[in-house]
Amino acid sequence: MARSSKAIPWLLFAGGGTVTAFILPVMILITGLFALFGVFSGALSYETMQAFVGNWLIKIILFGILFLTLWHAAHRLRVVAHDFGIRADTGVAIVVYGLAAVGTVATVIALLSV
Amino acid sequence: MSTRTITIEVLRYRPEQDQEPFFQSYTVPCDEDWVVLDALNYIKDELDRTLSYRWSCHMFVCGSCGIVVDGEPKLGCKAFVKDYGDKIRVEPLGNFPIERDLVVVIDDFIEKLESVNPYLIPKEEKSIDDGEYLQTPAQLKAFKQYSMCINCLLCYSACPQYGLDPSFVGPAALALAHRYNMDSRDVGRKAREDVVASHEGIWECSFVGACSQVCPKDVDPAGAIQQTKITSAIDYVTSFLPGGNR
Repeated sequence: MARSSKAIPWLLFAGGGTVTAFILPVMILITGLFALFGVFSGALSYETMQAFVGNWLIKIILFGILFLTLWHAAHRLRVVAHDFGIRADTGVAIVVYGLAAVGTVATVIALLSV
Repeated sequence: MSTRTITIEVLRYRPEQDQEPFFQSYTVPCDEDWVVLDALNYIKDELDRTLSYRWSCHMFVCGSCGIVVDGEPKLGCKAFVKDYGDKIRVEPLGNFPIERDLVVVIDDFIEKLESVNPYLIPKEEKSIDDGEYLQTPAQLKAFKQYSMCINCLLCYSACPQYGLDPSFVGPAALALAHRYNMDSRDVGRKAREDVVASHEGIWECSFVGACSQVCPKDVDPAGAIQQTKITSAIDYVTSFLPGGNR
């Protein structure tokens, strides 16, 4: 039997799982809830945040978080489809990984445009 | 000792006379310390000699009496009647073809077990005169848990992936492959990897964890598979580097 290439998405899935569990909730709290309800409105103002994200180190960190989260979600959806008995694994993989790839490109464009 | 009268509903199937499996009820006076296997033995001895089921040791060592009790894979000798109501439903293990009554055909598992080389592959053969292969307690601890498997197949009955795709190598075989891979005396990981790291091997597992929940020997096959995923994924990535093994 041939060794499976599933090792690659699984590594991204495993790394992304850690990021999704530990960092994503904090990101949602800061950018979703704090910003929405005006908590720390000075630090979260448009100008401050733009200068913050303008830093290359921050860009790289944000890319890491978003990239891993997207691929974690993609692989999780592939496994969920599998758990529901959908046997068209190749088709499912192309769709979910394709979405993650589009999201990754969008992330790069968004970060580079700041 | 107090007895309680319990209705045991057993899934019967005798291929030479039954079109399809059906439930047959037996009324069994159970002692309070009985296990479900005792109730089956009572049926066999006192009520219906035609009932077929596997058992041997009656002390969760042999792994023969795996059955589904009230929907959950159990060893018949480890499922205490006092933990159940007045009606207990007993079925053969799921995900395997029924041979007769509670006896299932396990050829598929045996084939898979053989495919992972579940035995020590030492670096070099030693004669008995050369003495033992020595191990530290820490080296023993690395694999001991996974060596407790008794091939009872409760994990295959519980595994939804095996139910969906019978080509999946499955929990017990993969846990046993891990058991030998983790053994300091063994150098056979490469020989096992082609099956273990295939699509039908560890990568078919989506970590539902049901195998570890039903395991009567606390082997934790799901944990073994996850650990194997880490080493196999690193193997796969490094195989593309210069000097990597493809």
